[in-house]
Amino acid sequence: MKCIKDKEERIDVYGERGRLQLKANPKDVRTGVFYIDGDVAAAEGALAAGCKFLGGYPITPSTEAAEAFAKRAPQVGAIFIQMEDELGSISSVMGASLSGRKAMTITSGPGFSLMMETIGLGAMLELPFVIINIQRGGPSTGVPTSTGQADMMQARWGSQGDYEVITLSPDSPQESFDFTVKAFNLAEKYRCPVMLMSDECVGHMTEKVIIPEASEIPIEPRRWFKGKKSDYAPYKPDKDLVPPMVKAGDGYKLYISALEHNEKGYPVSIKDLIEGKHKSSAKRLVDKIRVNADKIIELKEEGLDDAEVVVISYGITSRVAIRAIELARKAGIKVGNLRLVTVWPFPDKRIVELSKKVKGFVVPEINYGQIVFEVERCTHGNSNVILVPHGGGSVHSPDDILAAIKQVAKEKKRYNGVFEFATVLERQIFGSGAK
Amino acid sequence: MVKTNPKAVLTGTHKLNGGQACAEGALAAGCRFLSAYPISPSIGVIKRYTERAKDVDAVFIQMEDEISVLSAVLGASWAGKRAMTVTSGPGLSLMMEHLGLGVMLETPCVIVDFQRRGPSEGIPNAPSSGDIMQARWGSHGDYEIIAFCPNSAQEMFSLTIDAFNMSEKYRTPVLVLSDEFLAKKVEQVIIPKASEIEFIPRKHFTGAKNKYLPFDFDKDLVPPMVNAGEGYKFHITGLTHDKRGYPVMNEQTQEWNVHRLVRKIRNEVDNITKVEENQIADADIAILSYGSLSRTANKVVEKVRKEGKKVGNLRLITVWPFPDKRIRELSKKIKTFIVPEMNYGQVYLEVQRCNYGNAEIKFIEYKNKDLQNPEPIVDVIKDLAK
Amino acid sequence: MKEIKHPMDFYLRMDRIPHIWCPGCGIGLVASAFVAAMEKAKLDEEKVSVVSGIGCTGRFAGYIKLDSFHTTHGRAIPFATGLKLANPELKVVVVSGDGDLVSIGGNHLIHAARRNIDMTVVCVNNFIYAMTGGQVAPTTPLTAYTTTSPYGNFEPPSNIPQIVEAAGAVYVARWTALHIRRLTNSIYEALNKPGFSFVEVISPCAQYYSRINRLGDGLDMMKFYHENSVIKHGESTDNLHIDYQKEIIVGKFVDRERPTYIESYKKWLGK
Repeated sequence: MKCIKDKEERIDVYGERGRLQLKANPKDVRTGVFYIDGDVAAAEGALAAGCKFLGGYPITPSTEAAEAFAKRAPQVGAIFIQMEDELGSISSVMGASLSGRKAMTITSGPGFSLMMETIGLGAMLELPFVIINIQRGGPSTGVPTSTGQADMMQARWGSQGDYEVITLSPDSPQESFDFTVKAFNLAEKYRCPVMLMSDECVGHMTEKVIIPEASEIPIEPRRWFKGKKSDYAPYKPDKDLVPPMVKAGDGYKLYISALEHNEKGYPVSIKDLIEGKHKSSAKRLVDKIRVNADKIIELKEEGLDDAEVVVISYGITSRVAIRAIELARKAGIKVGNLRLVTVWPFPDKRIVELSKKVKGFVVPEINYGQIVFEVERCTHGNSNVILVPHGGGSVHSPDDILAAIKQVAKEKKRYNGVFEFATVLERQIFGSGAK
Repeated sequence: MVKTNPKAVLTGTHKLNGGQACAEGALAAGCRFLSAYPISPSIGVIKRYTERAKDVDAVFIQMEDEISVLSAVLGASWAGKRAMTVTSGPGLSLMMEHLGLGVMLETPCVIVDFQRRGPSEGIPNAPSSGDIMQARWGSHGDYEIIAFCPNSAQEMFSLTIDAFNMSEKYRTPVLVLSDEFLAKKVEQVIIPKASEIEFIPRKHFTGAKNKYLPFDFDKDLVPPMVNAGEGYKFHITGLTHDKRGYPVMNEQTQEWNVHRLVRKIRNEVDNITKVEENQIADADIAILSYGSLSRTANKVVEKVRKEGKKVGNLRLITVWPFPDKRIRELSKKIKTFIVPEMNYGQVYLEVQRCNYGNAEIKFIEYKNKDLQNPEPIVDVIKDLAK
Repeated sequence: MKEIKHPMDFYLRMDRIPHIWCPGCGIGLVASAFVAAMEKAKLDEEKVSVVSGIGCTGRFAGYIKLDSFHTTHGRAIPFATGLKLANPELKVVVVSGDGDLVSIGGNHLIHAARRNIDMTVVCVNNFIYAMTGGQVAPTTPLTAYTTTSPYGNFEPPSNIPQIVEAAGAVYVARWTALHIRRLTNSIYEALNKPGFSFVEVISPCAQYYSRINRLGDGLDMMKFYHENSVIKHGESTDNLHIDYQKEIIVGKFVDRERPTYIESYKKWLGK
C-alpha cells in the first residue's frame, strides 16, 4: 500500500489514484512476537488500527477480547465501557463513531441477534464501525463454549430493509489481528457495517502472532469533509458513492436521521419519493458496495487452474480443508482451494467463471448450509454443488471433506439441488443424513 | 375454543383493512394472547384486537419493548394459549434473539410483520418487501422458518389462521410478512362459519406425567408438547439440549439438536410450500411475485394475454421454505422469469439460485409510486419480445 | 434395602446432580432456601413455574423439579409475564442473577414492578458476571477488581432494593447467603404475597469476585457476612448502598399493598 507521496497526489484525495494513506500510530501498536489467542489478537488488531472506543458486553466466547482491550485502553487513550447489554453496546458504538473515534463492539451469536436493529441504523447513517462476532454453536443459547459458523447469512440479512455489509473470516490468531486492521480500514473507506466473523475455535486458539512495526501497518484515515461549513451536506457522496464525514462538536450543526433522508440528511416523505423529488439514499447504500465489490472482495486461491473439483471454504474450516485437499491430491484428484477471506460481498463473478470449468464445488461449513446456497446461486447449473454440513460444537474431520471431494470427482449425474453430504457424525446418530 | 365461542368468529361479509382482518383471523384461529409494542403500521391490528378482546376473554399487554413482547408471547404459548405479536421492520429486528429462542424451545407462535421501507427507520408509511431475507436468516445459528405472504385483506384473515395451524403442527414460530399497503387497504373479507375453519390442535403428550420428555420426537420429528401448570414438571432451555430438555454441551447433542430443528421443516417442504399459478401451464414468460405486487402481476397477465403474449404469474403464498423444486422445474420450461420486488433484490436471488442457468431472469426494482401500476412489468415484457 | 430419600429430593432434579456451581458458591444455598420455602408455603407445586435467565444463577431453573424455563439473557421477567397472563392460575417465580436482572434486564425489572405483576423474583447478587469469566457488573462495588475493570471499578453500583421500591414492588427484602433461615422465611413470605415481590441475596463468588480481589474463598466471604451484616428491618432503601468490603444492611424493607396487574385489569374491564 502506498504511503504519502508527493504533493500532487495528496491533493487528489477523493479519487482512487494516490489515496492518502497513513500508517499506524506506534503508540497504539504493541509490536513484537506473541503467543496469544484469537480473541486477544483481534483486540490488538483493533488497537493497532487506531480503534479508540469499545462498547461491549460480556458473552462467551468473546470475553477475552474485551478484557484485553480493557487492560490496554488507558495505555493508548482508548475508552472501554461495559454497557448494560448488547443494545447499549452497539448504540454507544454509533455515538462514538459520530464523535470522531474509530469504534467497535465484540460479541457472539445471541448478542449479534440483539444488535440487528442498530446495525441497520449504522448502515442507514453510514457510520464506520466494526463488529467482531466470535461465532458459537447455536441456535439460541446453544453451546457457548464451542464453535460454529452459523451466523454468516445473518451477517448479511439480519436487519430489516436493504443494505450491504462487508465481512472477513480469519482462520488463525494471526489473521484475527490482520483482518481486524483490514476491517477498520474497510469501514472507514466504505462507511458501512464491517464484521469480523471469527469463531470460538479461532478465538480460543493460541498461536504465534507477529505484530509488525507501526510503519508497516497501513491505515485508512477517516474521510473528513474539507469544504466550507455552509456547503456541508452529510450525505452528498463523492465519486465512489461514499460521502465524507464530520464529527459532532466541530461546528457543522450536524443533523442526521434514521429515517430515509436526502443529501442534507433531512427526512423525506413518501410523497417526495413518489414525485421523484429526492434521490434515494437507500439505493446508494446498496450501490456503494455493489459498484465497488471488485475492490472489496478478497479471495485466496490455490491450484484452481486445472482443478476438477474446487473446495470453497472460509474461517477455521479452510484449515481443515487444506488437509483434505492434500489427501485428495495424493489420491490423484485435481482439487483446487478457494478460500473466501471476504464472504460478503459474495464473489459472484469468480464462482460463475469457475463453474464453467469444474465438475463440482465442495462447500464444507460448520452449519447446515448457508454460504453453500450462494455458491449454488452463482453456479448457474453448470456444475454440481455438495455441502458438507456440521451441526457445530467442533470442526470438520478432513475425512468427511475428502469423501465429499471423491464423490463429486466421480459423479456422472447432475444433482437436483445442493447435495447434502451425510457426515460420519450424522450417520452415527441418525443412520443417515438428509432425506 | 374456536367452536365453543361464537363471538370469536364474526361470520359474515365485512369491509376490513388488512390490520383488522389479521386481528379477526387471529381471534378466529383461537389466539387469546396478543402482546405488542406500538409501531406503524401495525397499530390497526392492536386496535381491533383490544376492542374485541373483552368479548372473547383474550389478553392484550403492551410490553416495554419488542424484545419483551416476543419473550412474553413465548411464555404465553408455554402456558397453553395461542399467542401472537405484530410489528414492523425495526421491531422485527429487535425480536431476532427471541425468534431463535422460539425455534430452539419449539414454541408455536405467530409474528406478523407489516413491512415498511427501510433500512432502519426508513419511511414508516411506505410499503416494501425489505424483510423477506431477514425473515429467513435474521437470527443466529441454523434453523428453518415458515413465512406467509398474504396479498389481500381476505388473505390477512385466512393466512393468519394458517400460520397458527402451521405453528402448532410443526412447533415453530411462523411469520406472516404483510406490508404497509395491505395494512391500510380496506377490502371485502368473508369470514366463514366457525365449523368451516380448520383448527390443528397442539400435539399434547398423552403418556404418564413422570414419563414426559420434552424433546422426545415422533417420526415427524415434532415432539409432543405440554403446558406449564399441568403437573409435568418439565425443564426447557435455550442451551443445546437432549430429549430430556437438559443442557448437554457436546458435539453429538449439538448435531442431534440442529439436525432435528432443520430437518423437521426441510423434510416437509412439499407439504408446507404453497404457490398459486395463474396461467403458468403454457407460459413462456413467468412473473414470480408475492405480497402486494402479486396483485399487480395478475393485472399484467390479464392485460398482456389479451395481446396474445403467453405470460403467467407464479405467486408465492409461502415464501419460506422456498419452493426450490417448482422453480427449478419451471425454469426448464419457460424462457424468462420476471421478478418484481419492492426492494433491491431478495427473492430474486432465490430465483437465481433455483434457476440453474436455464431461463433468463429480469429483476424489476419496483418503485413505491408504481405499486398498483402494471406498466413497468408490461414494458419489460415488451422489451423481451424485441 | 429401602432407598432413603432426602426430603428436598422432591423439588430437585436429582438426575442432574451434581450441579455445576463452584465450591464456595452461594447459589446452592439459595436453592436450598427456595426449596425449604416451597415446603413451608404448601403451594400446589404443579402450578409453580420457575423462569431464569443466563448466568450462574440462571442455571437454577435446571435443577428445580417444577415447570422450569431457562430463557434468554435479561428476559426472564417478560417471559414470566407472558406465562402468568396467559394462565393466571400459575404461580411464577423468577430466579436470576444481578447482571441478568438489573443490567440487561433492568428495563423489564422496572416495568414488571410498576405493573405489580404477581410474581416472586429472587435476585442472587454476587457483584460480578461470573458465568462469562468475571466481568464487572452494575452491582460491583466501587474500587473492586474484575476482568473488565482491571484498574478497579470506578462506576457507582446500583442499589437494587431502592430501584425496585421506586419502581413499585410490594415486597422488598435483602439477605446474604449466610442468613439461610431468614432468607427461607422471606422467600416464603414473598411467595405468599400477591404482587411483585423481590428478594435480593448477597452471595459469595469464590471463583471470581473473591479470588480476583483476594478476599479468600467462599467460607471467608461467609465469615465476612457474619461479621459485617446488620439487620435493620424497615430501613429506608435509600440507605442500602453497598460499599466495597463494608457493612451490608439486610432485612425486610418494604411490605405494602397495591392492586396487582390482573386485579386492576379485571376491575377496569368490569369483570
